[in-house]
Amino acid sequence: MKKFLEGSQAVAKAVKLAKPGVISAYPITPQTHIVEGLAQFVADGELKSEFVNVESEHSAASAVLGAEACGVRSFTATSSQGLILMSEVLFNIAGMRLPVMLVCANRALSAPINIWNDHQDSIALRDSGWIQFYAENHQEVVDFILQGYKIGENPKIMLPVMVCMDGYILTHGMEVVDIPSQEQVDKFLPPYNPPYKLDIDNPLSLGLLGDPTVYMETRYAIQDTLNNDVLKLIPQVSSEFESIFGRRTLKLVETYKTEDAEVILVAMGSVAGTIKDVIDEERSKGKKVGLLKIVTYRPFPKEEVFNILKQASRVGVIEKAISLGSDGPLYTEISALFSGEKNSPQISGFIAGLGGRDITEKTIQTVIELVKGKKTSCIFMDLNKELLWEDFRVI
Amino acid sequence: MFSILVAKAGSSKDNKTGSWRSVKRPKFLQKDCIGCGLCKLICPEACIEGEEKNTYRPDYDYCKGCGLCAYICPKKDIEMILETEEK
Amino acid sequence: MKEVKIFARAGQGAITTAAILGEALFYEGKYTYAFPHFGAARMGAAMNAFLRFDEKPIRLRSKIYEPDYIIVIDPTLIESENVFSGLKSQAKAILAVRENTPQYKGEDSQVYRVPAEKIALEVIGKPFANTVLLGAFSKVSGEVKLESILKAVETRFKDKPQVLGKNLEAVRKGYSSIG
Repeated sequence: MKKFLEGSQAVAKAVKLAKPGVISAYPITPQTHIVEGLAQFVADGELKSEFVNVESEHSAASAVLGAEACGVRSFTATSSQGLILMSEVLFNIAGMRLPVMLVCANRALSAPINIWNDHQDSIALRDSGWIQFYAENHQEVVDFILQGYKIGENPKIMLPVMVCMDGYILTHGMEVVDIPSQEQVDKFLPPYNPPYKLDIDNPLSLGLLGDPTVYMETRYAIQDTLNNDVLKLIPQVSSEFESIFGRRTLKLVETYKTEDAEVILVAMGSVAGTIKDVIDEERSKGKKVGLLKIVTYRPFPKEEVFNILKQASRVGVIEKAISLGSDGPLYTEISALFSGEKNSPQISGFIAGLGGRDITEKTIQTVIELVKGKKTSCIFMDLNKELLWEDFRVI
Repeated sequence: MFSILVAKAGSSKDNKTGSWRSVKRPKFLQKDCIGCGLCKLICPEACIEGEEKNTYRPDYDYCKGCGLCAYICPKKDIEMILETEEK
Repeated sequence: MKEVKIFARAGQGAITTAAILGEALFYEGKYTYAFPHFGAARMGAAMNAFLRFDEKPIRLRSKIYEPDYIIVIDPTLIESENVFSGLKSQAKAILAVRENTPQYKGEDSQVYRVPAEKIALEVIGKPFANTVLLGAFSKVSGEVKLESILKAVETRFKDKPQVLGKNLEAVRKGYSSIG
């Protein structure tokens, strides 16, 4: 049923439909409304779930790790400092092959302290073994959560899933979203039935020491699952979702007017919407511009990205994260795909929207102009040069 | 794809750590024992059994010869002796 | 696509205003995107709420710089926040005003003055100007029916029956305050 909802409320409703047995989270802006909503459902008796109050995000992640190890579907959500405080446990969750669902309300990292949106928090966890989806709008967040559970809990996958939604822009933004019925969701998402769990009648040890004779194999197994099984499973689950819910939102990548595009921009998350508006405007002036939206960032869909971008002559990667001392992480990965290729497009990288700096239509138009010029690897957009000094100052 | 992820519980019993003992082993004299149970509590292998005074003894299949029981005993009723000495 | 920018202090209900307006337009089959921007994120600090609406889904995620409408909930922000800057030609400004609020003229826009706090004090008993201004917006803009606003207010305040009736009355009073 279509409703006009705040993004966080839409997440709470989607998670409720998935019926997790354990929810644990620690409040942090801009994630807080999500678990506030879920706590309310539990308190009102609308959701039969154990809501575990904890003293930190590290404990929240540990609680859902424990729940999943006991074979219980679980949910947590966090942002920014909370996510990196969880990071030790997040690597463990992936290594122990436990399909936890985490919604990351993307927010910049300190210092300086900043509560506004960018992607640095979840990008910092890109190497952890978690599946990562980046949502453009409320509908995608809702759909990715339901499909994420199904993918992560597949007995051949057993990996955790992080659904990334832009803080404030989506978490606090209100828009029209279709919330499915419980009957539809029950038809799509069966109860969680893991191939292994902690059970006193059938004891097992989980989270073992992996010495040099076995550790590499465990890493190889995750890599193989992500790059082979998950990439294949996503379109299948997406088709199944479409047959029940009537829409196809979860993809490896989404293309917008790329067929004949000379310039293709690459981006993730909500900024894709702004870019689509700019593309329509450019197209009305006869300029052949398109967008490649990365939906599934981990595993990285190399083949799809390569095949779409190879048709363009210029590519501009716009990202809300930076590997300080190198370039934008997405730019680096996309450039590597074309290493040694003869007819590679010219690829340029742009850093935009860090710490909530507004990405306007003008920002995107400027990127399009710069992409047509000399190749650049890491241009910071919309910088205020007056705030950059060569010497130390106290203001 | 999966690799080593879980193991059967209780498998540490198959691992007879008594073979790690190289120089010395504890000898429980059973003379001045007051039954405090500290030796049983401190043993890292949990291989000491006993309830009453002068009944405590280690399972040499698992005793690594670390000497903690002899160190903790308040009555000095456990001695570390060379492996080559009489039983 | 039409764009509305709301000026308020955190705690004065700017987000609620945008949410009710978005909900009301949603009843009329429009796509809407309402979102806040916080500065200091503390009660009393100047903040904005924004609303876009259109016949087709809203994709644009930037803040609003050239609004078609502005709604100013706190009269003291008119000058400090420079509320008229960037207004589209023929834009409409709905200002909550007090007796001592100077006469402002938008350069190329129409200004509507609503004694919203006074009305709210009479009707609700507290100076919450936002629901009064929603009624005024309906009348001034013609973009959304009064009935839709009333229905959206009912939805919003369904868990607070003690203030629902008063707020519905405030909306109606705001509507009729525009001559």
